[in-house]
Amino acid sequence: MTKLVELEKITAGYGNQVVLTEVSLTIHERDFLGVIGPNGGGKTTLLRVIIGLLKPLSGSVRYFAEGKDRYNFIGYLPQLMHFDPKFPITAMEVVLSGIMAGNRLIRRVTGKEKMQALQLLEQMGVFHLRDKAIGELSGGERQRLFLCRSIISNPRLLILDEPDTFVDNRFEHDLYAILRELNERMAVIMVSHDIGTISANVKTIACVNRNLHYHRSNIITEQQLAAYDCPIQLITHGNVPHTVLQQHEP
Amino acid sequence: MTLIFLEILSYRFFQHALAAAVLTSVLCGIVGTYIVSRRMVFISGGITHTSFGGIGIGYYLGMPPMIGAAVFSVLSALGIEYFSRKGDIRNDSMIAIFWALGMALGILFIFLTPGYAPNLMSYLFGNILTISLVELLALACLTVIIAAAFKLFYRPILYVAFDEEFARTRLIPVQLIKYLMISMIALTIVFSIRVAGIILIISLLTIPQTTANLLTRRFDRIALFSILIGLAGNIGGLILSYYLNIPSGATIILCLVMLFLAVRTIRSWKLLQT
Ligand SMILES: Nc1ncnc2c1ncn2[C@@H]1O[C@H](COP(=O)(O)OP(=O)(O)OP(=O)(O)O)[C@@H](O)[C@H]1O
Ligand SMILES: [Mg+2]
Repeated sequence: MTKLVELEKITAGYGNQVVLTEVSLTIHERDFLGVIGPNGGGKTTLLRVIIGLLKPLSGSVRYFAEGKDRYNFIGYLPQLMHFDPKFPITAMEVVLSGIMAGNRLIRRVTGKEKMQALQLLEQMGVFHLRDKAIGELSGGERQRLFLCRSIISNPRLLILDEPDTFVDNRFEHDLYAILRELNERMAVIMVSHDIGTISANVKTIACVNRNLHYHRSNIITEQQLAAYDCPIQLITHGNVPHTVLQQHEP
Repeated sequence: MTLIFLEILSYRFFQHALAAAVLTSVLCGIVGTYIVSRRMVFISGGITHTSFGGIGIGYYLGMPPMIGAAVFSVLSALGIEYFSRKGDIRNDSMIAIFWALGMALGILFIFLTPGYAPNLMSYLFGNILTISLVELLALACLTVIIAAAFKLFYRPILYVAFDEEFARTRLIPVQLIKYLMISMIALTIVFSIRVAGIILIISLLTIPQTTANLLTRRFDRIALFSILIGLAGNIGGLILSYYLNIPSGATIILCLVMLFLAVRTIRSWKLLQT
């Protein structure tokens, strides 16, 4: 399968605090990787290294994309939004900001791209908010909007850091359906604390707690988690034996 | 009344002043919208006051003080941006250091300059009626360049201002854009010193925008409304100061504040109605 990104022996951290040690990971086309791990385990740090927002202390990140492709490579939904809620920008503009890229700084937005933005807003159920200022939206509405922004460029690798925070149950359900559909044409990496849902939707799992353990399946047991040094509780649904996570229909 | 107005219009110095009023409305309307949206008012205050150091150095070296101010302000602006990125000193404390250092250098160099003492009042409070043709042309060039840059690069500027980190993921040259923007702010400030002076200039960059922001929450419209509000305040203040024979800079600012209060009052009254 075609490789998209390859991390080799990445050690990363902040100042003199090391958060990830010697992590290696390869992302292929059509991957759907669920990233789990305890708070502070280094999940967000890993994503920031993959995207290129954080320079690793050692190790290498390789992108398998060239020229124009490189600019439209990654779509990103951050976990924490640090923007000014009073900033004068409309919801529609926020979505359109997702197609801006370093190689098209002066190109105008085409009518087709505007249509695409409107369609996405519709799909995420926030069409009626398109002319509102960003500060006037609720937490969940913002999350949906930033999702639109992350996918409008039709990237080859979609990176979502806890997309299920802030949103209600019904949208969460819709979201996973949308992600499975997107996975037909792009690789997806998703961090989530809802392990039940993760395992129901992803193809492979990575446990991140300073180290990274790659799990080549979407079913994971308590024992495996313990072996991976991933101190998280499995929430099992129904009367499934507590060792194995439920297996959903894809 | 109209007759007297036509008469003063025929004076060359008044024509220059009027042109300067129009140009600064456009320039400060656009750049001020960026400053207010990004909450860079304090940084802008810092850059304004460091420019005084440039004026002093310019006098001391015997070159046009405005050139000294331009060079010195752009360098300090880049310095502020650079140090705020490193993040080991609190941003606002560092701006205060630049602020005070600039004023101190200005006073020292003017003191050390042999010969006559320049009229500091016109630098501190502005005097639009004394603007020279060269200064006016420079102001016109800067206005055209900045307006064109905003028109051409509107989206990258807006998106970097809104969410720098996301812009980075799109491989937009964020740091370059930030350095260019802060240089534009510095030049805008220096070229507007004639109109409002070091102490009052911040008002041209904030009062129209705050007024406009009462009416709309879109960046492009705030810029447009700010230009219109600036035009009303600048031209109104200029004419008023001429007739009443009072300082122009201060009168312009009073006009802008009056406009702000008027818009606010009308808006809250309208909100009460509905
Ligand atoms: N900007 C930063 N500066 C310094 N330390 C940081 C910074 N960001 C994260 N850290 C530290 O790095 C460690 C890993 O953080 P990270 O955000 O990657 O965790 P995470 O796995 O995403 O956690 P969560 O589940 O809470 O989102 C934490 O101990 C945190 O304190
Ligand atoms: Mg995180």
